[in-house]
This record gives sequence, C-alpha cells and structure tokens, in this order.
Amino acid sequence: MPAVAETIEAVQSVTEGGYKWGFSTDIEMEFAPKGLNEDIVRFISAKKNEPAWLLEWRLKAFAIWQKMETPVWAAVQHPPIDFQDAFYYAAPTNAQKPKSLDEVDPELLKTYAKLGIPLKEQAILAGVEGAGDTPAEGRMPIAVDAVFDSVSVATTFKDRLEKDGIIFCSISEAVHKHPELVREYLGSVVPQADNFYAALNSAVFTDGSFVYIPKGVRCPMELSTYFRINAKGPGLFERTLILADAGSHVSYLEGCTAPQRDENQLHAAVVELVALDDATIKYSTVQNWYPGDAEGKGGIYNFVTKRGACRGARSKISWTQVETGSAITWKYPSCILLGDDSVGEFYSVAITNNRQQADTGTKMFHIGRNTKSTIVSKGISAGRGQNTYRGLVRISPKAVGARNFTQCDSLLIGDQCGAHTVPYIENRCMSAKVEHEATTSRIAEDQLFYCRQRGLTEEEAVGLIVNGFCREVLKELPMEFAVEAQKLLAISLEGSVG
Amino acid sequence: MNAITPINNAANFLRRAEGLSAPGWAVALRAAGRDALAARGMPTRRAEAFKYTDLAPVLNAGFVAPTGSRNVPPMPAQRGRARLVFVDGVLRGDLSTLPPRPLSDMAAVLGALTTPDTQPITALNASFAEDGLVLEIPAGEDAGLVELLSIVTDGAIAFHPRHIIRLGAGAKLALLDTAQGADGIAYLHNPVFEVSLAEGATLAHVRVQAEGRAAFHLSSVHAAIGAGATYDNFTLNAGGRIARNEIHAALNGAQGACHMNGAQLGTDGQVVDTTTVLHHAAPDCASRQTYKTVLKGRARGVFQGKIFVAQVAQRTDGYQMNQALLLSEDAEMDSKPQLEIYADDVKCSHGATVGALDAEQLFYLRARGIPADEARAMLVEAFLTEAVDGVANEECRAALDEAVRSWWAREA
Repeated sequence: MPAVAETIEAVQSVTEGGYKWGFSTDIEMEFAPKGLNEDIVRFISAKKNEPAWLLEWRLKAFAIWQKMETPVWAAVQHPPIDFQDAFYYAAPTNAQKPKSLDEVDPELLKTYAKLGIPLKEQAILAGVEGAGDTPAEGRMPIAVDAVFDSVSVATTFKDRLEKDGIIFCSISEAVHKHPELVREYLGSVVPQADNFYAALNSAVFTDGSFVYIPKGVRCPMELSTYFRINAKGPGLFERTLILADAGSHVSYLEGCTAPQRDENQLHAAVVELVALDDATIKYSTVQNWYPGDAEGKGGIYNFVTKRGACRGARSKISWTQVETGSAITWKYPSCILLGDDSVGEFYSVAITNNRQQADTGTKMFHIGRNTKSTIVSKGISAGRGQNTYRGLVRISPKAVGARNFTQCDSLLIGDQCGAHTVPYIENRCMSAKVEHEATTSRIAEDQLFYCRQRGLTEEEAVGLIVNGFCREVLKELPMEFAVEAQKLLAISLEGSVG
Repeated sequence: MNAITPINNAANFLRRAEGLSAPGWAVALRAAGRDALAARGMPTRRAEAFKYTDLAPVLNAGFVAPTGSRNVPPMPAQRGRARLVFVDGVLRGDLSTLPPRPLSDMAAVLGALTTPDTQPITALNASFAEDGLVLEIPAGEDAGLVELLSIVTDGAIAFHPRHIIRLGAGAKLALLDTAQGADGIAYLHNPVFEVSLAEGATLAHVRVQAEGRAAFHLSSVHAAIGAGATYDNFTLNAGGRIARNEIHAALNGAQGACHMNGAQLGTDGQVVDTTTVLHHAAPDCASRQTYKTVLKGRARGVFQGKIFVAQVAQRTDGYQMNQALLLSEDAEMDSKPQLEIYADDVKCSHGATVGALDAEQLFYLRARGIPADEARAMLVEAFLTEAVDGVANEECRAALDEAVRSWWAREA
C-alpha cells in the first residue's frame, strides 16, 4: 500500500525559524497498516524476512510491553501517547538494498546531501578507493550508515572496513549475515523488559546499525549513523548494537534530523554497546530532532534507552551527547562497569529553549574492582524550557576502589525556564570514593558586558559564553562533530535573549 | 485492574485510632490524618520519597498507647532556663520547669503548615496528635534557651506529640530538644514541630536524637520563615533502629535565612535518614545546609535534600553539602541531593561525597605515635566538626559534643 508523503518546501524551514533541517522529501513510501498489534509485529518481521527466533523474540517483547505502564517519573509533561494512532513501519518503496551507491534512489542521495551528509565516498575521498587516505576538503573520512525512516538505505566504506574484518552494516543485514553475533548480544545489555519504551522498541524495531570490531583492531575511521525521520506518521524505532572485541577501538557518531511538522512523532531507540577486555567504544551523539515551534507545537518525543556494558577488564565506554533538538528528551545513556579497572564516561550538553523539555542524565553501575566513572553534564535552559539532570551512581559491595566524579552545571537564560538536578548516589563499598557537585546560575552580567564592550551583539555574546560553559563536553566530541555542535548551540538559543 | 482491595499497610494504626476519643481541638486534625492514612496507607519503598527507607518494621510492630507510667528516670542536668519533660510518652508537669500550655490554645493555627496528604509521617502524627510543647515568644523578647526532653523507660508505646513554636517579630529563642530511651524496647516516637517565625525572629533549634536502639523515631519539622528571620536547625540523628527526620522549611519573606545542619551516626542494623525540603518562596533569601554521616557495621545512611526555588525567589543563594564516611565494609550510604529551580538570578549549588577515612591522614597520625583507634576517632571528630561548628549556643553545643562522644565511646 504505497502512499505519498507530504512535502513541505525546504524554504519554509528557513522562514519559519532556525530549524533548517525541517524539509521533507517526496519519496514513494510503503507503510504498515496503522496501529500496533501482534500482526504488525509479524508484518515487520516478515518484511525483513527475519528468522523465526527473532520473531519469537519480538513477540515476547510485545507481550511484555502490553503489560507495562507508561513511565511517569520523569519531569516532563505531554499528553498521553496513542500508540494505536501511529505507523510502525515506513520504507522507501524501492527498499531492495542497493548493491552499490550508484543504485541508491537519487532523491535519497539528494536528501542526505542537503543534510550535509555525503553518501558518495568520492565526495569525501580524493581519487579512487584505496589510493586515498588523503582527506579532501580537510575532512576525515567517515563511514556512514544512513537510516531513512524504517530502513537503512546505504552504508559507505564497507569494503575498506572489511579489509580489517570490521563489520559495519544495518542491523537487518546483520541478522542475516551474522546471526550468531546478533543472537548472542541482542537484548543482552537492554533486555526486552528493561522499560516501557525499550520493550516497545524490541517488539517493533525496524533498522539501525550493527558494528563489530574484531580483536585488536583499531577502527581506521569514524563510523557514523545518520537517522532521518521523513514520512509523516511513523515513529522511528531503531536499534543499534556495537560490539568491540578484546583490544579493539571504535569511535561512533550518531546524528539525526526530522521534518518540521505540527504533530508530535515518537522516536524510541535502543542502543546497546558491549566492550570486552581492553576495548574502547566512544559513542557521540548530536541530537537535532525537530524541537517543535516556539509555542511548543510539534516536535519529536525522543524516548531513548542507551546502555553500554564494559564486560572486559580495562574496557572503556564513553558517551558524549549534545542534545539540542526534540520537544521532549528522555534519555539516560548508562554504563555497566563489570570488568575490573573498566571506565565509564558521560559528557552531556542539553539545551532546552521555547517549550522544550529534557530529562536526561546517566547511570553508572560500578560492579568490578577499581572501576572509574566520570560524569560531566551541562544543562542550558532558555525561553520556557525545562531541563532536568537525572543520574544514578551505584557502587556495589564488590567494587573495591571504585571512583566516581560527577559535575552537573546548569545555566538559566530568562526567568520563565527551569533547571533541575536529581542525582542518586548509592554507595555500598567502603573503599569507593564518590564525589558529586552541582551548580545553577545564570550568565553573569560582567561576562555579558565584557563581550558587548568588544562589539559582540547580545546574541553573539550569549553564544560565546554558552560555548565556554559547554567546553568541557564539546572537547570530547570528534572534531567534525564539535564544529557542528557549536553552531547548533547558537541556533538552538536563537530568540532566547533580548 | 483487579477487584481485590489491598490491605492498608497502616491498618495497625488505623485500628488503634478508631476507638480513640479526641479532645475538641484535635477532632479535625486527627480526622484529616486518619483520612490520609486510610486513603493511601503509609508509603512503601516504591514511593520516591521513601525509596531508601522501609517503614514496614514500624507498620508491623504493633504499639500501645502511653500507659501513664509515673516512672521518674534519672534526669540529665537542666541546661536551659526551663524545660518540658515527657516520660514514657506522657507530659510530666511534675518534672517540668516550664508550665505546659494546652494545644487547644493553638487551635487556630494547628496544622496550618502541614499537608498530611503528601506527608505520611505528619499524617501519622496527626491521627494521634497529643499535647506537646507550646511556646509563643512575644515580639522583641529574647527567651534564651528552653529544653524539650523525652525519655522512654518502658513499654512498646507509640506517642505522637505535636509541638508548636511561634516567635513574634524580632523574638529570639534557642530550643534544645533531646530524645532518649532505653535500649531493647521497640517504641515509636513520632513528633511533629510546627515552627513559625515572624519578621526578624531567630530560632536556634538543636535536636539530639539518641533514642534506644530498638526504637523507631519518625519526626517532622515544618518551619515557616518570615522576612529577615533566621531558622537554624541542627539535628543529631544517632539513635533508634529506624530514624527518619524530615524538615520542611519555607522561606516566605525577603531576606530570610535558613540553616540546616546535622550529623548522622549509624551502626549495626540502623537506618538513619535525614530528608530536607527547602522552599525558597521569596527573593533575596539564603540557605545553607551541611550534613555529615558516619556509618559503622551494617548501618544504612540516607540523605535526601531538595532545594526548590520558585520563580519569585530571585537572587536566591542556596548551598547544600552532604558527606558520608563509611567505616565498615557492610555500611551503605544513599544520597539524593536535588535542585528544582524556576528563577534565573540565582546561585545554587550542592555537593555530595561518600568515601572511607583517608589512608594518608590516618598514616600521618599513626606516624606521630597515635594509636589506630585514637587516630580514627580524631579523624571522625574532625569530619563532624564542620557541621557541628554551626551550633553557636554553648549549652547546645556542649550537649551535642557529649552525645557524639558517648556514641563513639559505645560504638568504637
């Protein structure tokens, strides 16, 4: 039942405010029937030609989900979500995965080009594949998996990565090509029953990325997934699984945008990371879903479960997130520090402007000996935004010598917004050391005055000060992303002063 | 869902409250308390505010009303100008040097600062509210130090005194409030304080909770702080099997100040819980909180501290620190500092640390010939000093120091 998605002029996004990614692409789409029931779960599984075990797994998740209640503890407010009034599958009609980039629908390529995500490897590398480790236009090569609504449409640099034995593909492809890995690890970090949205995702997840880095391999380039919600109606339920085998290293980036629409759309993703002995996973997100307009109309509900397990000794998982988009963000990237001497990190910038609401933070579970975690969270509230840091540090009795340091700073711009801090600290180990500090303040008059004196407009001055406030987090981002993130901060705060 | 009515977990209390005859002033208050208990029961650990403290042992214990014992236990020396004494849950005019005033004098303001529907410990008190300390200090008067003393010698009693302390404009008072009891009796002491401070008034409220080790202590302080007034609370939370002290303070007038400091000392099988909720509801107020917890054996320490800054409370200066020292492998500390801020011109911060004694500091002292036990005692004392130093009144400070020393002597 192909349907045609609604088109909004790209121009509109410019005229209607700072969200320049708010256009939609007119592409032939195939939808699942509206609503959610067992048949829809079977439909999705069948569409993806999945093995029986995965269908069983989905159905089990669906059964669990039906018994769960919507969580209400987060400091966010929204009307109840009607889960029957949504599409759970939408794919470009020509969903046969193209053999090469040349076969990708040119409309799609155009969309990604417009978003600044080059899917053409040539556009990134000078010369032919293999000859070129020389970055063109000063860019480092980045391998991209592009997810368009419910499906992955293209993955770049696969051949280059395969040389090192790295698997980087969509999760649907991994289900077929590497079932043993998927079956072993899927749901091993975020089980189906973990929470309401994770259970929903487990039942209806459509696509997402799969990464496997073999023993001792340092991934030669940044891996990236770019999520694009395009069609009207469907929620996006992607599932990402990253496995870093012993001694490996990978840096993974995640970006996302959506068209500007008056309806709220649901994004309920699950990301699972597994790091074995001495492995390092660095996971960076620039979350730029459509935030809704100044009156709070429209925007994405971003209800995401992200968790990493440091299973091996000396393994490390580092989360960095810049959250500027979404009407509502509900997200707690966490680390389970099982391996002795393993390390968890969480660096976050969250901005809420207009009527955006964010309830975000992290959980650090210290289980192994001498495990360490660092949490740096910067929250910025402007307009009528509400920004909450919610975090948990739990030290088990066995985590001898564990160490945590947490710093949460909040910045308030304007007197209609709110900044909240809700940390939970649970220590059951004498030799562990936990430190937490949090501050809330506004931009100091003297800082503003100093900048204004030097000829900056008030908005520029605020942008500069906010960038300084976030520096500790932004410096954790890969270079490419850091630049984008800085620009995003400025755009997100547009209209917040004066 | 299903048609089965769950058993109210406060049934023991509700049953006992049913047959109780109430004096006129208490009718409405007790009814409101009972309604709250009947409708919601007492909280379980699923309730956010009681996530770390399980009240089930209190709810299952089964208590009797104070039996009217006429025991005369050995009395600690009186430190203040006057004192009001409770023995075994009964107000004892014969042992008090402060003439008791009936709560009926306060009928007009009784319960004005509390919301039993959202404050279960207060609701429990309301269900059985009895005469407590009633103090009204006229404007401009300095009432010096007054003592409130409760000693339990016998019986699995539950008593629920309601204390009302009101200070007129510019009045001053120091209140030393001590709760003690014999070890080995599972009684419940459930006091509620309603404190209101008019403009420029100053109350130093020092609480020494040293109940018997099998006792339950559930207390709640509700303070309304007027413009330019200062409420200064220090609570030592050292006794009892389950001891929870709640403070609900509201800065209602400009330039008010609220200081909440405390020390919690916990050992085997104890749960010591301090929960503070501070509401900045007026501009230009300052608040300071410093809490220190020392845990030995299988003790559990809980600190929950919320600072709420309303939109009108511009230029708020709020600070909170809670630190815990774990002296045993079996101890657990759970802390939840919390900021909820709706005003932009504010300076608010909180900090929390949990850890063991610093090995280097210990080594420093040992290297100077100080035995290990003594060195540890010194470091613990130093750790507590920052909080205890907030107590300016010398008599109160002496009482505190004594209580801390006797705890250490007993536990070390």
